[in-house]
Amino acid sequence: MNQNSFAILNARLLDPATDTDTIGGILVEDGLVKDWGAHLNKEALSSEIEVIDAEGHCLIPGLVDAHAYLCEPGKEHRETMATAGLAAAAGGITTINAFPATEPVIDDPSLVEMVKRRALETCPVNICITGALTRNLDGKEMAELGLLSEAGVVAFSDGQFAISDINLMKRALSYSTLFDKPVIVHAEEPNLAGDGVITGGRTATFMGLKSIPSCAEAILVERDIRLAAMTGAKWHAAHLSTADALNSIRRAKDQQISVTAGTAPHYHALNDLEVGEYRTFARVSPPLRTEEDRMALVEALVDGTIDVISSQHLPQSADSKRLPFAQAKPGVSGLETMLPVSLRLYHNQQMGLLPLLRTMTVAPAKLLGLDKGRIEKGKAADLCLINLDKPWQVVGTDLLSKSKNTAFDGHLLQGKVLKTWVGGKCIFDGGK
Amino acid sequence: MTQTAKHQFAHRHLLDIARLSEGDINLLLDTAETYVDKSRTGDKKLSLLRGRTQINLFFENSTRTRTSFELAGKRLGADVINMSVSSSSVKKGETLIDTAMTLNAMHPDVLVIRHSDSGAPHLLSQKVDCAVINGGDGSHEHPTQALLDALTIRNRKGKLAGLTVAICGDILHSRVARSNIALLNIMGARVRIVGPPTLIPSNAKTLGVEVYHNMKEGLKDADIVMMLRLQTERMQGAYVPSIREYFHFYGLDKQKLSVAKEDALIMHPGPMNRGVEIDSELADDLNISAISEQVEMGVAVRMACLDLLTRGDAQ
Repeated sequence: MNQNSFAILNARLLDPATDTDTIGGILVEDGLVKDWGAHLNKEALSSEIEVIDAEGHCLIPGLVDAHAYLCEPGKEHRETMATAGLAAAAGGITTINAFPATEPVIDDPSLVEMVKRRALETCPVNICITGALTRNLDGKEMAELGLLSEAGVVAFSDGQFAISDINLMKRALSYSTLFDKPVIVHAEEPNLAGDGVITGGRTATFMGLKSIPSCAEAILVERDIRLAAMTGAKWHAAHLSTADALNSIRRAKDQQISVTAGTAPHYHALNDLEVGEYRTFARVSPPLRTEEDRMALVEALVDGTIDVISSQHLPQSADSKRLPFAQAKPGVSGLETMLPVSLRLYHNQQMGLLPLLRTMTVAPAKLLGLDKGRIEKGKAADLCLINLDKPWQVVGTDLLSKSKNTAFDGHLLQGKVLKTWVGGKCIFDGGK
Repeated sequence: MTQTAKHQFAHRHLLDIARLSEGDINLLLDTAETYVDKSRTGDKKLSLLRGRTQINLFFENSTRTRTSFELAGKRLGADVINMSVSSSSVKKGETLIDTAMTLNAMHPDVLVIRHSDSGAPHLLSQKVDCAVINGGDGSHEHPTQALLDALTIRNRKGKLAGLTVAICGDILHSRVARSNIALLNIMGARVRIVGPPTLIPSNAKTLGVEVYHNMKEGLKDADIVMMLRLQTERMQGAYVPSIREYFHFYGLDKQKLSVAKEDALIMHPGPMNRGVEIDSELADDLNISAISEQVEMGVAVRMACLDLLTRGDAQ
């Protein structure tokens, strides 16, 4: 037996992939799940095996974060794969899908190789990579999707940039079907969004900030749904924030069009009032929306219109946030708060625990074509133990991420990660 | 043979393959066959079209097709006039008709037209009294190319029916592909088209072909591999990401060709982009490449077309 062999007993086992919610245990051997289920108890195990008593806490598949910016290479002052890995582990995340907005942009197969190698060397969690959809993310020329695909990317995206050239988008979607990988989009019509920084409405008017109409999201979603239907591409909206766009997604799904949708904790937990006294930590793209939009998001999570919750981890340096609101960079540090913020939906009795966890485990894994996000015999023991009820207060400066720009600074949350394992190796131990 | 042929070819113009019958195509190919032999002799000149006037009206740049038509006409003894018209000066349909009326007043016997707009030869044919041959119109058809391809295949394989032909590359913009698909379907060949989805028309299956996006799947057990030219000047950021990626997935090399039949024949309408759609090693291998032969067949096929359309009582 090596150090990656142990058993966790007396846990509330939750696996959304198999709709499992039971008291039981997991036996891990050499980093792989050897056995798991309600039948596992101490008597069933060899006396030599190390046993961890979960004390009834929830043992879940390690979370899969479908959308995060790791900033390496090129922007290491904001984040590195090593620091992102530590933050992810503290948030129960065992797999991160890294977006290509690095310097240089990941639009070349050689960079994919480099990032994969660097991740293996420095990052405690699994990292998969989304390649650029267009060269240098400038929305003008399609990137080498095929060569990127062969190098191992799991999806294509221009990250925070929407593609305004509809013909380019049509061809990129059409071409992407060759590789059966999703195109993940920032759903915001760029011309309409302009240089707005806050959602259109009373708050924007009151604060005197340039606004982005909420229909900027629905317009791009409608456009792309039609293109996805025409091309048969796998299209995924990264972070929806408005009721209108959700209705479009609902209709598309009814028509069996291959679209999926995601959102982030700040959109389902916060509204535009969070901007308050020009709090730049609440500056995100797309902007925080109205309470009606937030409630629509919750409803869409409940009815399955939204498939995935991701962290949208976009670390910024302090200098990029200590600026007048319109000049500050958008983005939040989200790896450590994705799960506990989302658990509000469970504690508020708006969502069941399994459907909620599905959006952060097996659903993103399915989107990205990853063999992750579920507990399965013979597969890597990527696991997370959480105390569902533990209250705690978010303190930005305590975050393990290099960047402390959380929109939840000072918020009280309920539910905390106790331990995280990747391949049977404990990479976070927060105590009980 | 051609004396018999002229009575059987019941077309006044050659505008597209689609309206030809299997009999028409066989007649054109049989007639061309006789001119292949003649062109290989020392005395190539005939006087069958003596006194007749052929005008080559090229609104689009072309060296090989224009030269091929010119040579074909001259070998048959016709008076051949080449007119190159700048496409920028003639853009509107009305101007094309004006040109047609002017030319018609000169009483030519046959007009060969190449134009960047699909359907331009059809329009011209309605306004002139002589025969019109489509020398390539927009992305529509290039019927003499399909005929010369068919003659090349027939010479090498002895037949067209039952063969599996894979047409690979930029199908979307290719008039050569459309003409070949039509002809091969009429003649009973099985046609596949192979290319990235961005270069294949969305409803391509309605053309009567099997559609493949994977080169190896598309080439499997093919008798003929017909490569098409990529417009490299339009590639960057357009329909495919880059030349290196295109060649990686769709460029014909020995490895991809290995899944085709052992005696598979490679064809290309030219001009070739070596290292883009085809590897030089294959293009220059005379045992498997029929590219030079296609050019030779081109002159014979055009002689047959000119002959059948201008002599006798064709309707």
